[in-house]
Amino acid sequence: MTTHYLVLSALLFAIGAVGVLVRRNAIVVFMCVELMLNACNLAFVTFARQHGNLDGQIIAFFVMVVAAAEVVIGLAIIVMIFRTRRSASVDDANLLKY
Amino acid sequence: MGETITFWVLAVLSVAAAFGLVFSRKAVYSALMLGMVMLSLAVLYAIQDAPFLAAVQIIVYTGAVMMLFLFVLMLVGVDSADSLVETIRGQRFWAAVAGLGFAVLLALGVGNVTFAAPTGMEAAVKEAGGNVPSLAQLLFTRYVFAFEVTSALLITAALGAMVLAHRERVRPKATQRELARARFIGPQPSPLPGPGTYALHNAIDMPALLPDGTVSPKSINRVLARHDTEDGVRPTDPEKAALIKQVIEKDIVVKEAPEQEDDR
Repeated sequence: MTTHYLVLSALLFAIGAVGVLVRRNAIVVFMCVELMLNACNLAFVTFARQHGNLDGQIIAFFVMVVAAAEVVIGLAIIVMIFRTRRSASVDDANLLKY
Repeated sequence: MGETITFWVLAVLSVAAAFGLVFSRKAVYSALMLGMVMLSLAVLYAIQDAPFLAAVQIIVYTGAVMMLFLFVLMLVGVDSADSLVETIRGQRFWAAVAGLGFAVLLALGVGNVTFAAPTGMEAAVKEAGGNVPSLAQLLFTRYVFAFEVTSALLITAALGAMVLAHRERVRPKATQRELARARFIGPQPSPLPGPGTYALHNAIDMPALLPDGTVSPKSINRVLARHDTEDGVRPTDPEKAALIKQVIEKDIVVKEAPEQEDDR
């Protein structure tokens, strides 16, 4: 059963990675990052059960806290960029390129 | 047996929802799909002896984080659809190839390992008497420093969000006097006419009739008319259809003109 969980986690992580590469809307990109973090959490919880060790669950808990903080800051940045550029597309935030 | 059935149902559901998240054109659908994935994962945590994490997953992720996502989506504009133009040639194709390769690599790597039957959490949680007390014991002994750092991180994040989202007011707030003056200088001092109600209809999208029996263009609800136009719904009354078209075209002309900086 452990293998099943880990393969599911790998699949979700890969789908999230493809989403980050493909999507242009900054908010959707962010959601894909969240999906990747969730996939990692699933792997942590699975390994915790596999080894009968609670540390995996603690790490998953910390990942959740960091993800929540990251979402707050990231969305604040997206809102700020939207206010100045009137767009949430990652293609429009390209001033640093030149 | 029960675990196997639960796993397969939720695995199919969550992978399908993850694909929906990546491929749906509308951002709100993506958010709903993400909520679906998170709920499935919460149940997967619960059947893997992690009831506390399952509860936290639902409360923090599907509760708080998803609300934040939806809130920002509404703030930024739900109808800001993704552009389908590729800025880097072949990006989608290579992203798909990379993702597929990555998934195959990870799955093969995991599949090559033979795991013994899971140890289970019974032995680990027996001493403290349950999942939550054991987690608390670990959190406040071995991981207490990380826990304290987490509190600093949360405070920093809250402050950072406030600083980032704060906007300095560059001009004084309009007083009621100025607003009233602007309104009377403008083209329409009175409120716009309300929608009409006919014998057959009692709806907000029915325009009002003027005393001579013609339709008043000012009473057409622009938002509803715009939605109707986007959905291809045209009123059967040709006169009303022509008016709606006219109103929408006027809106587009106004939108294309350089928009003035609003002072919110």
